[in-house]
Amino acid sequence: GVLERSREQLLRQTCEAVVLGVLHPRTAISLVLQVLSDAGSLLSCCLNAACMALLDAGLPLAALFCGVTCALQPDGTILLDPTARQEQEARAILTFAISSSERKVLMSTTKGSCSVEEMQQCLAAAQRAATTIFQFYRDSVRRRYSKS
Amino acid sequence: GLLVTACGLLRHRPGGGGAFWVDSQQKRYVPVKGDHVIGIVTAKAGDVFRLDVGGSEPASLSYLAFEGATKRNRPNVQVGDLIYGQFVVANKDMEPEMVCIDSSGKSSGMGIIGQDGFLFKVSLGLIRKLLAPKCEIIQELSQLYPFELVIGMNGRIWVKAKTIQQTLIIVNILEACEYMTAEQRKQALAKLSGN
Repeated sequence: GVLERSREQLLRQTCEAVVLGVLHPRTAISLVLQVLSDAGSLLSCCLNAACMALLDAGLPLAALFCGVTCALQPDGTILLDPTARQEQEARAILTFAISSSERKVLMSTTKGSCSVEEMQQCLAAAQRAATTIFQFYRDSVRRRYSKS
Repeated sequence: GLLVTACGLLRHRPGGGGAFWVDSQQKRYVPVKGDHVIGIVTAKAGDVFRLDVGGSEPASLSYLAFEGATKRNRPNVQVGDLIYGQFVVANKDMEPEMVCIDSSGKSSGMGIIGQDGFLFKVSLGLIRKLLAPKCEIIQELSQLYPFELVIGMNGRIWVKAKTIQQTLIIVNILEACEYMTAEQRKQALAKLSGN
């Protein structure tokens, strides 16, 4: 449907920004994501899975990226990685794709309405959370390379 | 500035000027000039054979690129044959080209791989381990049964032993070497040579 197409477009744009396609001309790189279970924050989950898949395949990347979802609750508090229930009750859901180089924003999408200040606060929280996710990538890769 | 584009372990060789490189495990093979690979003939187009080498494009191999081949004396290559050769042209802009002779015109082990035997795929990391100078896996296996072995840098290995059963046993051990530690491997081989 339209929602899946929009998710595909967002994922594709994020991946195209980091994958070094110049090294593989006249070649298609296809990324297949299968949803096993959806408990909320699906788009950022897809972003994280996509980055790990690109790392596992050994494709040349200019930077790593991760996805973080923020839910803005009616009373103004920011909730990171909301569950499906929390997403429904929230005033606005913001998803950011954060790059590993200087925590730059690669992609941002918003559902609902929020003020500019609230968006800046969500972005700052997401950039702080990105550090934890990148550390997880590092630990996973370290475990994988220590086996061989 | 310097940008890291590959994921892996940073290695350092102190000798000479010193060299740094990133040891990464790739899934898909990318043709590199000078690599020795096993290709499968998929088509004969005039004077050139098309080979599947596991990359994004088929490689081309001229019929004159065999030892002792002339326009009158063509090599007997059929579709579906296995060829062991090396790349002379392999970059991102051009179709890769292979030859089965080295720079002095000798075949030095390259050419059409004989009948029978078994071709299978392993990961690129295991190939590098097997081709390392002091690889114990091959030494230990050779004490089990005598066999012929061709290792292609594109992840393909061809094995031929005296009987089909022996061939399959060697194939299974090589595939399992990916995940077994040295201890487990020695145990498995001891069990097999005991039988």
